[in-house]
Amino acid sequence: MMNAQIPETGHPLADTVARFVWLLPLLPLLGFVVNGALALSAAAKIGPDDPSAGQDHHNAHDHAAGHDDHGHGHDDHHPARHKYAGIVSLVGPGVLLAAFGLAVAMFLAMRGVKMEEPFVLQLFRWMPVGDLKINAAFQLDQLSMVMVLIITGVGTLIHIFSVGYMQDDPGYPRYFAYLNLFVFFMLLLVLGANYPLMFVGWEGVGLCSYLLIGFWFSEEANANAGKKAFIVNRIGDFGFLVAMFLLFANVGTLDYAGMAEAAQKLPMGGTVITAICLFFFVGCTGKSAQIPLYVWLPDAMAGPTPVSALIHAATMVTAGVYLIARSSILFSMAPVASLTVALVGGLTALFAATIGLKQWDIKKVLAYSTVSQLGYMFVGVGVGAYTAGVFHLMTHAFFKALLFLGSGSVIFAMHRAYHATHNHDDAQDMRNMGGLKKFMPVTWALMWIATLAIAGIPPFAGFFSKDEILGTVFARANAGPLSTATLLGVPGHVVLLIVYVIGLASALLTAIYMTRMMIYTFHGPNRTGDAERAHLAEAPWIMTGPLVVLGVLSAFGGWLNLPELLPIGPIGTLEHWLEPVVGVATARMAGSGEHVAANTEWVLIGVAVAIAVIGMSVAFARLKPAALVQKSASPASEGFAKVLEHKYYVDELYDDAIVQPVKGISTTVLWKGVDAGIIDGLFVNGSAAVTRAMGWMGSQLQSGQVGTYAWVLVIGVLALLGAFTSSR
Amino acid sequence: MLAESLALSAALFAIGVVGVLTRRNAMIVFMCVELMLNAVNLSFVALSRLYGATGQVFVIFVMTVAAAEAAVGLAIVIAIFRHKQTVDLQNINLLRG
Amino acid sequence: MNSFLDSIGYNHWILPVLLLLPMAGALVIAALGMSAGKNADSKTPELRRIVLGIFTLEAVLSLGMWWSINVGSADWQASFAVPWIPAWGIQFSLGVDGIAMMLILLTTLLMPLAVLGGWTSIREKVHSYYALLMVLTTGMLGVFMALDLMLFFVMWELMLVPMYLIIGVWGGQRRLYASLKFFLYTMTGSMLMLVGIIYLGTQAADLAGHPSFAYDQILHNAQLSPVAQLWLFGAFALAFAVKVPMFPFHTWLPDAHVEAPTAGSVILAAIMLKMGTFGFLRYALPLFPSAAMDPTVRTLILTLAVVGIVYGALVALVQPDFKKLVAYSSVSHLGFVMLGIFSLTPQSVQGALMVNLSHGVSTGALFLMIGMIYERRHTRLIADYGGIAKVMPVFATLLTVVCLSSIGVPGTNGFIGEFLVLIGSFRSQPMYSVIAATAVIFAAAYLLWALQRIIYNPLTKPENERLQDLNWREIGLLIPLIAAIVWMGVYPAPVLEKTSAAANRLVTHVQQAGNMAGAGMMGEEIK
Repeated sequence: MMNAQIPETGHPLADTVARFVWLLPLLPLLGFVVNGALALSAAAKIGPDDPSAGQDHHNAHDHAAGHDDHGHGHDDHHPARHKYAGIVSLVGPGVLLAAFGLAVAMFLAMRGVKMEEPFVLQLFRWMPVGDLKINAAFQLDQLSMVMVLIITGVGTLIHIFSVGYMQDDPGYPRYFAYLNLFVFFMLLLVLGANYPLMFVGWEGVGLCSYLLIGFWFSEEANANAGKKAFIVNRIGDFGFLVAMFLLFANVGTLDYAGMAEAAQKLPMGGTVITAICLFFFVGCTGKSAQIPLYVWLPDAMAGPTPVSALIHAATMVTAGVYLIARSSILFSMAPVASLTVALVGGLTALFAATIGLKQWDIKKVLAYSTVSQLGYMFVGVGVGAYTAGVFHLMTHAFFKALLFLGSGSVIFAMHRAYHATHNHDDAQDMRNMGGLKKFMPVTWALMWIATLAIAGIPPFAGFFSKDEILGTVFARANAGPLSTATLLGVPGHVVLLIVYVIGLASALLTAIYMTRMMIYTFHGPNRTGDAERAHLAEAPWIMTGPLVVLGVLSAFGGWLNLPELLPIGPIGTLEHWLEPVVGVATARMAGSGEHVAANTEWVLIGVAVAIAVIGMSVAFARLKPAALVQKSASPASEGFAKVLEHKYYVDELYDDAIVQPVKGISTTVLWKGVDAGIIDGLFVNGSAAVTRAMGWMGSQLQSGQVGTYAWVLVIGVLALLGAFTSSR
Repeated sequence: MLAESLALSAALFAIGVVGVLTRRNAMIVFMCVELMLNAVNLSFVALSRLYGATGQVFVIFVMTVAAAEAAVGLAIVIAIFRHKQTVDLQNINLLRG
Repeated sequence: MNSFLDSIGYNHWILPVLLLLPMAGALVIAALGMSAGKNADSKTPELRRIVLGIFTLEAVLSLGMWWSINVGSADWQASFAVPWIPAWGIQFSLGVDGIAMMLILLTTLLMPLAVLGGWTSIREKVHSYYALLMVLTTGMLGVFMALDLMLFFVMWELMLVPMYLIIGVWGGQRRLYASLKFFLYTMTGSMLMLVGIIYLGTQAADLAGHPSFAYDQILHNAQLSPVAQLWLFGAFALAFAVKVPMFPFHTWLPDAHVEAPTAGSVILAAIMLKMGTFGFLRYALPLFPSAAMDPTVRTLILTLAVVGIVYGALVALVQPDFKKLVAYSSVSHLGFVMLGIFSLTPQSVQGALMVNLSHGVSTGALFLMIGMIYERRHTRLIADYGGIAKVMPVFATLLTVVCLSSIGVPGTNGFIGEFLVLIGSFRSQPMYSVIAATAVIFAAAYLLWALQRIIYNPLTKPENERLQDLNWREIGLLIPLIAAIVWMGVYPAPVLEKTSAAANRLVTHVQQAGNMAGAGMMGEEIK
């Protein structure tokens, strides 16, 4: 298959390491194959030749089977490492490390050349049908390079962390197989040179997310969460599909290359381009958990925590942001669609942040925080700050991965403590934690770095990216095509001002709920329990090691794109880097008024920082961790707090308004009514009944009496004779 | 001569029909059917004087068929009698729908 | 490969050999069964091996067609003709194009797997069962190969009888109801088609008045008025719509599937459902283009197709019986095929063919796998399972892959077909395409929900704790299907190229002929 590749000669990257770009996804795919094969071969017990006979045989040995099961249950209590743990621990993170190394080499090669056009490597023809020519091709440009570095870099750290976190799990190789497969699809998503190929990755990561959320599938809640994630994502994918259909029908190509020129023939801001962008955004709301399709992400926390870090924080959920940045040329032509993106992003940011205020499960807090931060990213790409969106994507990958892995360490410690004392309490509920600072100082310190970063305290990474987004929103409200467009009758500059205010409000809430999480988890008295306390300890170094790396990145990641106002290092590195990809679109969205005056900008920064500081102070002042009791002893919350704790009852609403009616109508109307009732009952069996009835009526003429027949015959003959003779 | 023969044939046929319609004994009905067949034969023979030998050929056919019918019919009647101990047609309605 | 095939004259004998080999096999097996008399069933192991041998030979022989058939040519390939009933102008003439070739390969390659799937589950009247299976194969191959409408009709009806018996004799509890329903439904449809065929034969008569049933003769010589075309199209379409099955002629399918033995379900779903769509492609559209392009007819069929897609998916969602669920999902999938065919763009028609093939592979695999757990637990109810991934990890893994392919996840064969159908139909019929695309959501819903209730969730039923994982035979027979699923999803280009010429010819022919007759009524719709 690979020999079909046609390297694009003449491109400056053609002779560099970049021609091995196909190796990037191939490496994790190999990891998947190896780990998957190990997982299956370890789990499989090949059945007997004749299955039904084997079943009978087994029935006869009922007692023995029961004994086996007991033995298995025994295993669960005293976990032994999986028999292939050694090789899996090498292969799983190993392929990621190799891919990261390769990515770094490509990055260095890209820095070495001047490159205006993206490097496209054609692999083979995928769907050649008539004028639809879709190739399997990889595109390496500045944007995909950034994404590849994040995916492989953060991915490697999370894989290493998983070696520790999952060490006792009986599904160890299966876990790494899924994780490797995920990275494969994620790389496909960002490296594919056309939308259908991106869609392969897009759905592929959804599939892996499904498999990993339901990793511990024996609990119905986990299996439900996985299924929900997949189906909700599919609703978004429907939008993605329709967008591709519209694109092909109106623009005639699905490749990124040449999209800019081909799209020019559509009228600027016209219905078609707006529809294309809006349908793409429907896809984004699914994958990137925006209103109204965000509901799957909090449930997705049912998966192992490193999975939440990798898939549901750092990489997969940001795919929507990548999609919009990749399609920036289209979105810049559709101001209404862009405004919608920004508005939905802003609303999601605020909405999720309010829910985050009242969650008790440490991972749920982080999940809603992720939804909220994703909203920020969409605000960024919505207002045409594509670089800022990607920048926030990157810093968020650092600090949110750190937060999730840190919470993973906490849960790991809690779990071990509970395990040692055979306690079956909730290891993820913050009411059962408290005062963990004493037991896990490294995790505590690192998580504080991440919290400061997400709250937007300078000089941590989140401050720079968040500030850039808010600053751009403010600037776009004053000038540019967005401010003059109207969304549902509301002028664009009003919408953008609302979004700006919402952004500030969510920043305030973010600071509050993150501080709340830190206080309840690490500060105050410990509520785990007296016996359990003795077993609380820091996680092993294979887990804290990756945390340290992420801590450094969260602290200094902001230096990758410093604003002009703060010349404490190289300015706008990322912006210059992404210029060839999103430059045209950014300029178009900026219109004439690119810059806000420096004074105003200082004020904006001041306001943002002040809000973060206020939020944290409020949290410190108002929250009293000493007043908390263990989860089992806690009273149910009341009033608005209860509404928040139940996430505004959106899940219940969707269930009552959509899921149950669909099931009900399908069962009673369509299946029992139309299928069994009308078609089968009335027409099919009805026609049979009519036939039978007519046959019965005919049969009643047959008395069986020869005499009667003879009478009928004679009368008939006479009648006929009479008829003939009279007509003559 | 012809008219008389046809009149006799018609009379015989009518007797046969009445017999078939009114009698309940299968054997008698059977004989009445034979009577009707032979009435037709008579008219064939009579008419052959006018129209040539074809009518007589037909008589041979009819007699052959009648013989076969008699054989099969009698066999059925005997079988029914063995089965039901009666040949009264009112008691035989095996073909009722 | 090609020169070797040429040297043995492959193209000259392959079609009759493929057609007659199973028939001869059936006769031999029937003879064996009669000579063995009462204790025939004790010879089952030897018999199974003979049968598998014959079907494998058939599959291996047919593989050469992949290379030997020139799919680009406008002529029939590997054609073969001998007079059959010359007085009535009926010939025993065979030939294939790219489309028919792919379907023939699907048939020959699936048959050994279907036999392997029912390896241990058929325990009585084994000789008759296998003999019928072989007759059925001849009938199915004949439908794809026939170039004479009478021969086509004979083969069409020939499929019916063995399948009726297979369901009626070796089926489940309501087998008599199901088999009778299946038989009458299909028979009703095809009777009108026979009338249509006879009419066509007389219309294509030569100057001396001898009728001709040769496909090419009818295609080129029969002069049909638009009204006659409408009637004929209706007669053919009814026969094919029942077979597809299109909503609302689908209700035989769930019953037949549920009651049929494993091999029966597999063949029914994977191959026999393709007869209907093949009929539309080969007969109903090219022979009666102006009727097929008639706006009312087209709207009607497209509407029914889209209704079938959504309706099948929704009804599948709430089925308690896994086999029924898959049966309704077939209604949904075949709706895609009909949508693709009647959208008449190169992408949609080729997508329709791709859906045909991939539905054959994935639904065939699904029915095989249902058969595997049915053999162990003797229930098809989803609620009777749950958590069996713990005891049957291999089964769970393979079932997941197959379900994903049926859902149409990219990277599997299911995606390619659906994507092409939708993107193609969007160009000519955007509304239908968008409504049909909602099926991607429902498909995920019904299959994943079923999957969860079967292999995931807690393992609560004690009967399930003792389930044995798949054995090597079962794994071995699924591996080719899984390979096909992945191959057709990742690198479908070779398959698409095999059918592209025939599909393009069809699209241009129907549109041109339809336009000439319809005098530009549809002008704006076909660009």
